[in-house]
Amino acid sequence: MTTADLLGKILQVVMGLAVFAAVVGLLIFLIDKAPKKGRDYWQLAGFLAPAMILVAIGLIYPAIRTSILAFQDSSGDWTLDNFVWTFTQPAAIRTLINTVIWVLLVPTFATAVGLAYAVFIDKSRGERYYKAILFMPIAISFVGASVIWKFVYEYRSGEREQIGLLNAIVTAFGGEPVQWLQTDPINTILLIVVMIWVQTGFAMVVLSAAIKGIATEQIEAAQLDGTNAWQRFTNVTIPGIRGALVVVITTISIATLKVFDIVRTMTAGNFNTSVVANEMYTQAFRASEIGRGSALALILLVLVLPIIIYNVNVLRKQREIR
Amino acid sequence: MSSVAPADLPVGKDLGTLEATEESSYAQPKTMRVKKQLTSRTATIASLIIAVLWTIPTFGLFISSFRPAELIRSTGWWTIFANPGFTLENYRDVLFSSSGSSPQLGAYIVNSIAIALLATIIPLVFASMAAYAFAWMRFRGVGVLFIIIFALQIIPLQMALVPVLQIFSTVLRPMQAWLHDVIPIIPEQNYLPLWIAHSMFALPLAIFLLHNFISEIPADVIEAARVDGATHGQIFWRIVLPLAVPAIASFAIFQFIWVWNDLLVALIFSGGTQDVAPLTQRLAELTGTRGQDWQLLTAAAFISIVIPLVVFFSLQRYFVRGLLAGSTKG
Repeated sequence: MTTADLLGKILQVVMGLAVFAAVVGLLIFLIDKAPKKGRDYWQLAGFLAPAMILVAIGLIYPAIRTSILAFQDSSGDWTLDNFVWTFTQPAAIRTLINTVIWVLLVPTFATAVGLAYAVFIDKSRGERYYKAILFMPIAISFVGASVIWKFVYEYRSGEREQIGLLNAIVTAFGGEPVQWLQTDPINTILLIVVMIWVQTGFAMVVLSAAIKGIATEQIEAAQLDGTNAWQRFTNVTIPGIRGALVVVITTISIATLKVFDIVRTMTAGNFNTSVVANEMYTQAFRASEIGRGSALALILLVLVLPIIIYNVNVLRKQREIR
Repeated sequence: MSSVAPADLPVGKDLGTLEATEESSYAQPKTMRVKKQLTSRTATIASLIIAVLWTIPTFGLFISSFRPAELIRSTGWWTIFANPGFTLENYRDVLFSSSGSSPQLGAYIVNSIAIALLATIIPLVFASMAAYAFAWMRFRGVGVLFIIIFALQIIPLQMALVPVLQIFSTVLRPMQAWLHDVIPIIPEQNYLPLWIAHSMFALPLAIFLLHNFISEIPADVIEAARVDGATHGQIFWRIVLPLAVPAIASFAIFQFIWVWNDLLVALIFSGGTQDVAPLTQRLAELTGTRGQDWQLLTAAAFISIVIPLVVFFSLQRYFVRGLLAGSTKG
């Protein structure tokens, strides 16, 4: 990067900020100087317009357009071919199966480990350090996490010393090193491990807060009744955090459906590891198959929708109870 | 991470930090304390094991980034005491070396900062304005419009990418070319598409979160200002914004880290060159082109990790509160 380049970048930021400030300033100024007639109307428009315009261009129109594109082929004629491809082509079917495996495994394990950890460290000394350790992977990008774990899965052929942790452990126990990321189907599991590594911290933080929200009287009453820790856990803790559990599981599920970076960085979807979110990118932007990419995006929406509806329903019931 | 904001997590007000209340109740009888200590010993061991397991991968990367290339290539990082070797060469190569094939992270770090900065400020301001309108301005259709905004969170990013790219190609590209002609120092591939794209995608969640907060400002405060003759603009600027600072701070940090760590939007809208591409894109690229040069990858990865980590740990309180307040983005 030359000095000129750096200057150009800084100039862009400064100009961007200046233009933005000018636009907003103008907007607020005009809002207050709106003509008396229909003033409320103008003011409303001033406050809402920027966000509404951006949202219309960036989300509403594209959502509709993508839905249309999913049913068109490259010459613009209506067709179901994109979906037929998705459900009959072996590679595409494998992508769907992988996605299902991801959605089943990641929320389950992330929530289970997160919950167990939250219970273990509850009220312990140094609790916040324990939390920080598990939570840290969230601040790292998925790409960073992918590099970290790619290093763990690294392979060196038989006689040479291993530099990847997993193969080192395997060879220490007398096994042969394996090209983990290229070995179907365990490569999908290993990629899933990365996602679990990242998401457990989120589960832990939310569930820890929920556990602390359980009235201490309930726990103490259970203790006085002579129950052991496990009984207290299943009969008092879990029912008490049900709302948070639903939130955690649904949030992680949706995040898992959208995961793109991990697959893209570690295997680019090769060796049968691709998932819907990754395949959408590959089809639309690498293979120029816009129709198929759009169909996959639509499928993603369809997969996400029931989870969100379930989430909203549970929360609405919770609100009614309170 | 999801796009649904559960507005009422069963969580107390003070629980928005990683530092939870660590009080122990010394008022308990001794037997109960002893019993608690025994069970908590297993708990402590279990949590220690989990904590160590979680840290090992990052630790391995960190150690490796300081080892000379030949050592990384031939020995595992856990043998560091048998094969000692410390060097800052990797970091130097990755940041400053200007040879053709080197990572040259400097430019990409600047890009990440430039992108994240505006991609945080723009949606924040527009979302605050919209949130204020939804919360405190009465108009027909407010409910419907708000539900639409809320529902937009459901749309996965993937649904929007192709059409938005098409729009940018036809509308934005000529503008960028014109800008480059007028001010040659600004490259033709510039930050504009990324700023706009990130802002668009962030708005539904931002509006929802800020609205949650702004709508809870006591009505008397606003009414009093109205009675005094303040206009909407003045109320927004002088009363609502200052009061909404906690929510704004939470979302700002959240959005900053999200944009910093993003890969997909960057891949599609950035053109991939030094002019625009952020750090994540460069790192992803390196795992492909320099996939076996672990000395470079480890140092580059660590640099890309350190910055959001610092932001996160220093502003952790706000980040977690933002997370608990509802959601995580899509």
